[in-house]
Amino acid sequence: MAVSLKKLKAVSTSTRTMKIVVASGKGGTGKTSVAINLALSVGASQILDCDVEEPNVHIFLGGTEEEFSPVELLVPEINENKCTYCGKCSAFCQYNALFVVGDTAMVFPELCHSCGGCSIVCPEGAITEKPRKIGSLHKVMNGEMEVVYGNLNVGEPMAVPMIAAVKEQAKSEGLVILDAPPGSACPVVESVSEADFCLMVTEPTPFGLHDLEVATEVVKILGVPMGVVVNFAGIGDQGVYNFCKEHELPILMEIPYDRRIAELYSRGIPFTVEMKEWETKFKTLLKEMEAMIR
Amino acid sequence: MKQINILSGKGGTGKTTITASLAVLADNPILADCDVDASNLHLLLKPVKRETQEFKGLKMAVIDPEKCIQCGRCMEVCRFNAIKDYKVDPVHCEGCKTCVICCPVQAINFEERICGHAYISDTKYGPMSHARLTPGMENSGKLVTLVRKNATKLAEDTGRELVLVDGPPGIGCPVIASLSNIDASIVVVEPTLSGMHDLKRVIELLKKFDIRALVCVNKYDLNQDNAKSIEKYCTTNDIGFLGMIPFDPKVTESMVHATPIVEYAPDSPASIAIKKIWTQFNTIYG
Repeated sequence: MAVSLKKLKAVSTSTRTMKIVVASGKGGTGKTSVAINLALSVGASQILDCDVEEPNVHIFLGGTEEEFSPVELLVPEINENKCTYCGKCSAFCQYNALFVVGDTAMVFPELCHSCGGCSIVCPEGAITEKPRKIGSLHKVMNGEMEVVYGNLNVGEPMAVPMIAAVKEQAKSEGLVILDAPPGSACPVVESVSEADFCLMVTEPTPFGLHDLEVATEVVKILGVPMGVVVNFAGIGDQGVYNFCKEHELPILMEIPYDRRIAELYSRGIPFTVEMKEWETKFKTLLKEMEAMIR
Repeated sequence: MKQINILSGKGGTGKTTITASLAVLADNPILADCDVDASNLHLLLKPVKRETQEFKGLKMAVIDPEKCIQCGRCMEVCRFNAIKDYKVDPVHCEGCKTCVICCPVQAINFEERICGHAYISDTKYGPMSHARLTPGMENSGKLVTLVRKNATKLAEDTGRELVLVDGPPGIGCPVIASLSNIDASIVVVEPTLSGMHDLKRVIELLKKFDIRALVCVNKYDLNQDNAKSIEKYCTTNDIGFLGMIPFDPKVTESMVHATPIVEYAPDSPASIAIKKIWTQFNTIYG
């Protein structure tokens, strides 16, 4: 079953749900770790892993599951019996996904953004759309908590429609935590859009600071309230702290650089499972975020 | 000319730290940073910009409120939910032009937008090609392609034989764009379950593009069992294994001092390991 992007991007109108997205800019600062430990400590009803290129949440929470749904995009199919090779579709396509020369018309499906414009432009009605699989959705239960992740097929370039498909699985009740991909480009925009709060995880190093600056710019454009978690506190320098102070970004939690946490992480164990004292801290973190949302 | 990139799948495993060190160790390299939305290589190599190019990505739809009759046709055809209240949200517009051609009163203009900048710079290690995507923009893949083109041209113009490319994380559009004409990839992995999971996906991607993968483990002492199973995975799958780098607090210190680790602390454990890896790379690949 193919789903149009429009349906995938339908905005949830429920007010009984709260969506917190964990983002970072720089990779490897501890987004996934914070998302998972927060979810476990406060009893979130769902985690959505929006890092569809390299999903990791399920490694910590319940393992791999068979796909429950393919993710498909509509791509053009040209009926050569009707096509007059006028080239209007290829001239129109902004993504170079269609190519017409002489009496040949070709589709490059992996470049197609599924806008549907070519089928409107074609004067002969020769273009129809057919679904093409780009990845799959997976669900794992961890106790009462549902883990949903998207798996972009290796070699497929487009992460955004996959992320939209993961987000469509969001529950309409309870606390939903989203784990965003790194960076500051369109996949981050897709993950953060429509969230109630963005928790930005950074490390106190020049790399962490630089990428925090670009990532906060994106979140500001999207108008999502934001707070910062400084991970690996104790390493690096004061740059991140000074930046947060200057830009009135509240630092809601500091997680020290602790070899034990790193070792637990390496084995796929959320650190709150073995370091129970952190549960209270994550509960407090949630309360602070709730207060900021209001 | 040889073009080598440094990849990881998972972010934050040490790609940039290693690329910067290889910039010091390699003979007359050209440097390129293909992580255009969270670039860090410039923080270590301190490039001095010589040339700035505007990067125009896809165009964007803009509704002229004077001409708009609020019929709603544009909202019907837009599959990206980018039009609300007869206004185009620039963050969500993917520049497909469908609304432009469907508007019955031609009220929608299709305008160019600057999505970032590409730079040609000089560093003490060699010329560098890098870029900055405007935060939140589309088309990071196209900007990556521009960075690669600029780097290749720099190599041709200066007669240099080696291009070192710092890659983006992930396996999607920017990574795929960074792979064209790459001769070999150094994949940096951490000995964690997530790192190993992501490594396999990167290796699969490189296989699809028929690019030779060579692997090194960073912070191997964090979990020596995992580190060993990565080495074993590489040897059984005929993937070049370059070596292991220990966790070393000097790495963060060198970052704070904006200097590649092999230059900042040449005798530190991480530096010694990186130098061995580079020698190993040249033995296996060179």
